[in-house]
Amino acid sequence: MSAETKQILTTDGIPLEVSLKKAERKNKIKAFLLVAPLLLFLLITYIFPIGDMLMRSVDDKMVTQMLPKTFKSMETWDGKELPPEEVFEAFYLDYKKLIEDKTFGKLSTQLNYTKNGFKSILKKLQRKMKKFEEGNYKEQITAVHPRWENVEYWRAIKRRAPAYTSAKYLKGMDMYINEEGKIVNVEEDRRVHRILWLRTLEVAFFVTLLCFLMAYPIAHLLATLPMKYSNLLMICVLLPFWTSLLVRTASWMILLQQQGVVNDFFVMTGLVPDDARPEMMYNKTGTYVAMTQILLPFMVLPLYSVMKTISPSLMRAGKSLGGTPFIAFWKVYFPLTIPGIGAGCLLVFILAIGYYITPALVGGASGTLISNQIAFHMKSTLDWSFASAMGLMLLTGVLAIYWVYNKLVGVDNIKLG
Amino acid sequence: MSKKSDFVKFDKVDKSYDGKVLVVKDLNLDIAEGEFITMLGPSGSGKTTCLMMLAGFETPTNGEIYLDKNPISNIPPHKRGIGMVFQNYALFPHMTVYENLAFPLKVRKFQKDEIDKKVDKALSMVSLSGFEHRMPGQLSGGQQQRVAVARSLVFDPQLVLMDEPLGALDKNLRESMQYEIKHIHESIGVTVVYVTHDQSEALTMSNRIAVFNDGKVQQLSSPDKLYEEPVNSFVAEFIGENNTFAGQVTNMSGEACKVKLNDGTEIIANPISVKSNGDKTTVSLRPERALINSKEKMDNNFKGKIEEVIYHGDHTRVRLDLLGNKEFILKVPNSSANMDIKMGNQINVSWNSHDARALDPK
Repeated sequence: MSAETKQILTTDGIPLEVSLKKAERKNKIKAFLLVAPLLLFLLITYIFPIGDMLMRSVDDKMVTQMLPKTFKSMETWDGKELPPEEVFEAFYLDYKKLIEDKTFGKLSTQLNYTKNGFKSILKKLQRKMKKFEEGNYKEQITAVHPRWENVEYWRAIKRRAPAYTSAKYLKGMDMYINEEGKIVNVEEDRRVHRILWLRTLEVAFFVTLLCFLMAYPIAHLLATLPMKYSNLLMICVLLPFWTSLLVRTASWMILLQQQGVVNDFFVMTGLVPDDARPEMMYNKTGTYVAMTQILLPFMVLPLYSVMKTISPSLMRAGKSLGGTPFIAFWKVYFPLTIPGIGAGCLLVFILAIGYYITPALVGGASGTLISNQIAFHMKSTLDWSFASAMGLMLLTGVLAIYWVYNKLVGVDNIKLG
Repeated sequence: MSKKSDFVKFDKVDKSYDGKVLVVKDLNLDIAEGEFITMLGPSGSGKTTCLMMLAGFETPTNGEIYLDKNPISNIPPHKRGIGMVFQNYALFPHMTVYENLAFPLKVRKFQKDEIDKKVDKALSMVSLSGFEHRMPGQLSGGQQQRVAVARSLVFDPQLVLMDEPLGALDKNLRESMQYEIKHIHESIGVTVVYVTHDQSEALTMSNRIAVFNDGKVQQLSSPDKLYEEPVNSFVAEFIGENNTFAGQVTNMSGEACKVKLNDGTEIIANPISVKSNGDKTTVSLRPERALINSKEKMDNNFKGKIEEVIYHGDHTRVRLDLLGNKEFILKVPNSSANMDIKMGNQINVSWNSHDARALDPK
């Protein structure tokens, strides 16, 4: 259609579109300059770290860089029989260089991850190599240890050639690439992460559900009470929000521990005998209670903001038209609060799935979540690439949930305030 | 079937929200079956509270409301079977027009085909056939209003309450909707209780009007009586335009009385709520009842100075300084006989004492 319509000119004879763009360019530049600081900030503190995390989680350049010549000569090797002489020569030269740089220890550690038994034969090779003569390296190396004649070990080296690896992600799922290069599960008694993932999802789900069940009536009260009471209630909802997270978590520890206030009360009222005080802390119960309390405002506020916009006359109309209070609520009020429910649930679920401090403090062994495992690898084992991989898996999970949510409810239906 | 004269009955109803102030005081009101009655009054006069009590969203603090002879104070709103149109329509925004109209029928467990029939009928009544699948948000204000009216009528209630239903519409639309609602009322004979603060709306539509002020019904009568014969100065002031003179009764003589105004002049008035000599009073006179340079013989004749002339097309409004009242308004039809209406001119103004109603002092 645009091709057929005549181009509109301004009184000066400039095409209208050009003139309009010119007039708007200044405003666009101004607008961009306004958002530029935030854009830059996001780029530095958000996009760049996530990109770095992604790189780190798949990065496997260390071995690639230590054995450049070996991997180059291995490109044509099919891996069925022992590699040809050039590979042995290249490996000799690479390893010699590492010995001179005194970094050969790292190589043996890395190769030992891939296949057990590398450590000792590399050590032996390092000792014997001083007396190596030039040429015919294949014979000389295989003479050092019979394992050097085993094609398995050379295949193991070749597996480390790519600069990028998915090993960390597999590890996060309790899987690994075995010596034959196949992806398999780790033994059942060593599967840690899957349990943690499932538990994280479970805790996030139930915390969201609990928050929803408790927040809905509160939000409704907030939206319908007269101003002077609703303000007070709002402060009650927000007061914990203004208190330090650590203080709140610590108070839960005081309340819920076996010699704590709640248990004392139970014993006092005779609900439980003194010698059978229930454990409510350092397990999943503690995590549920503390997280629900901490995340409650995130559910209340979106619900409240949506409920505030629902005219009370709608419920009245529902009733005056003959609907019982329940029908008026279920058919009229509830459907109108769905945007708030969606926003609140999504917010709480996403926050809960990555929650760290509270489960770390009150979760004990059975109440810790995947984020605690990530922190453990960041701080204790220093396996940052593994921590990054799990972090990204978590991020992917959240994005997947967001996608599913969008398909089910529609993101346009979210109302955060 | 004879029409009941007390289809709805407010019997000594009081209402207070805080236990200190009565927003409705000792209300007694009978509404006949098939009547269109309007509760008219300024905001805060208690008219909406009365409507809410009738609908069941507020309970009377004292007294009882009867619907068709049955006390209804203890019946919840959804069992009263009263249709209601709300101020901002209160259409369910997440339902289509059809679903909105079907709602009262579905909760009454009507069959699907019967629902379809009734919805069709209700929509054609408000001339919105074909809009079944629109969402309320896709309709204009006037269309939403019609849907709200149709929804309140679709389940054939005997009584429909309307709470300032036209408040959100623009002037032209409001006027055409007034006629439309009036015609619907006439064609189906439903009893309507209508609340508004717009007097012209009330005058156009109602069989009877109850003027509310300060929690009380000031006057309950037909529109013409309300305008021509207001019983107190609030009603006279609230309905239509009004010229007032404050003064004191000097001579009561049955059909007429003399009132001495503050500037010493005496005028003859029709005693309505004054009893004896010495009573303070406000004399009320409609602008169109006072004539200029009249050839008819009238018992009140005075000279006034023209202060302001406002041209209104078909008539001219003239503000006079008359007997100490600088806000005395006259409506003069535009004709060649009235050419000497100019600022500063002195003119003769006269009226019949019957039209000058001596009411309670303000």
